Amino acid sequence: MSDFQSRDVDLVVIGAGPAGLAAAISAKKKGVNDLILLERNNWLGGILPQCIHDGFGLEVFQEPLTGPEYAQRYIDKLKDLKIPFFLNSMVLEITSKKEVFVASPEGLFCYSAKAIILAMGCRERTRGQICIPGSRPAGVYTAGVVQNLINLKNMMVGRDVVILGSGDIGLIMARRLTLEGAKVHAVVEIMPHTNGLPRNVQQCLIDYDIPLLLSHTVTEINGLNRVESVTISPVDENLKPIKGKEKRISCDTLLLSIGLIPENDLSKAFGVELSSVTAGAIVNENLETSIPGVFACGNVLHVHDVVDFVTLEAERAGKSAADYILGTSQKMDRIRVEAGDGIRYVLPQSICTNADIELSIRVLCPGEGVSIGFFDSTKLVKTKKFVKVHPAQMIKIKLKKSEIMAVKKLKVEVLQK
Amino acid sequence: MKKEIICIRCPMGCYLNVDYAGKTIQSISGNRCKVGLEYAEKEISNPERTLTSTVQVKNGHLPLVSVRTNKPLPKGRIFDTMDLLAKVEVEAPVRIGDKIVENLFGTGVNIVATKNVVKKG
Repeated sequence: MSDFQSRDVDLVVIGAGPAGLAAAISAKKKGVNDLILLERNNWLGGILPQCIHDGFGLEVFQEPLTGPEYAQRYIDKLKDLKIPFFLNSMVLEITSKKEVFVASPEGLFCYSAKAIILAMGCRERTRGQICIPGSRPAGVYTAGVVQNLINLKNMMVGRDVVILGSGDIGLIMARRLTLEGAKVHAVVEIMPHTNGLPRNVQQCLIDYDIPLLLSHTVTEINGLNRVESVTISPVDENLKPIKGKEKRISCDTLLLSIGLIPENDLSKAFGVELSSVTAGAIVNENLETSIPGVFACGNVLHVHDVVDFVTLEAERAGKSAADYILGTSQKMDRIRVEAGDGIRYVLPQSICTNADIELSIRVLCPGEGVSIGFFDSTKLVKTKKFVKVHPAQMIKIKLKKSEIMAVKKLKVEVLQK
Repeated sequence: MKKEIICIRCPMGCYLNVDYAGKTIQSISGNRCKVGLEYAEKEISNPERTLTSTVQVKNGHLPLVSVRTNKPLPKGRIFDTMDLLAKVEVEAPVRIGDKIVENLFGTGVNIVATKNVVKKG
């Protein structure tokens, strides 16, 4: 690729959403002075500028902020620290030698980096990925796209809306559309529980009397040019629609809030090992991927429910990258961390046992009075009890060095009552 | 009367079991911090919500600026406020924290900007 101008740099951070911003700031504060932040859009902050609702920042700033306010705090810090960032800059390819090929308005560049932080975020699942039958009329949107159109571009998308999927963005958009004058006829969720945070069920649905239909799905989209109705159907315990129980809801718009996928096309192409469960990189306690010196954080690593946890994770990635570049990281033996019964995933997937560690855990099913057990193979070493657990809420658990130093293989499991 | 309400003050979303008669609370359980107690009391006596929305901007680099109430608004005033905001237009530049509407319906609640919008061009 000879058209690319070569540059050497200590650290390249890819993506300037909440993860990339915090990672770059943290690396700089830990002494990495030669770094760049790359962003394909023409703004900083990623998805946050369109997330105008509040509730961000409670963990980090102890006050409820809106998305744009939360982003601005990090944009201001980035500028105070004079960290160079490049907008409209698309990373085309990364190689295992840590070369980053970029197309930007200033030209084509190849950055040879000592370390890379992957912070590309995630994207929405679309109609195609869940194969909803029916015609292909206008009026079918993903929830995040509608959030962008309404909150940034002043464009209303419809008057009579059905929302499929009860993820947080879907719930937030149910409220937003209602406030803007639309009628949200139902939020339809295939699972027997919601996929959003309980607080969003309260303040976005219950507050506005929007019906939540659990164990239901959309089985057909009807309409020639524009959506005219959707057919919904209850599902059985195998999530299969029950024949003969279909019902039509008249509407002009269908919103999809059916999950997010870490955007790992770049990572996959240069050999970063990915988890089939999180669809993000497999990492150790330093958030380092299978390629030494390549780190991942935020929604590209695993989809988070709270931006504060993205920030905290990204700060750890920034610090780890600094240790790697400055040669202060130590080589150490690691043990595997496994998700057992009732657990969807545990991150990181491997840890060293000579320091305190924090695990991010997601359960498979909602439950009350649930205990999570930590096993060394089959021996129980620690239990932690929760009043309520929910798949939509990531659980953070700190393990002390003294609790894990003798462990050979850590398994996390929901204990049977 | 017994009621389960979900605390919305933080993403923890504690399920609060509230036992009350009229507007008097007899007991609250399920909260993980004192914010939950405060929330349950408010929710029974005078429910309030923070409202976030957008207003139009003239000559800005964006057509809209995001806004919020500077403190929670009585729930019954939400749609009145939306109607009012639909008619508001501000001139760029706008800075985070700028007052957009003062003393909404005499409630003492203000609408403030949550985004910086610079002048176009």
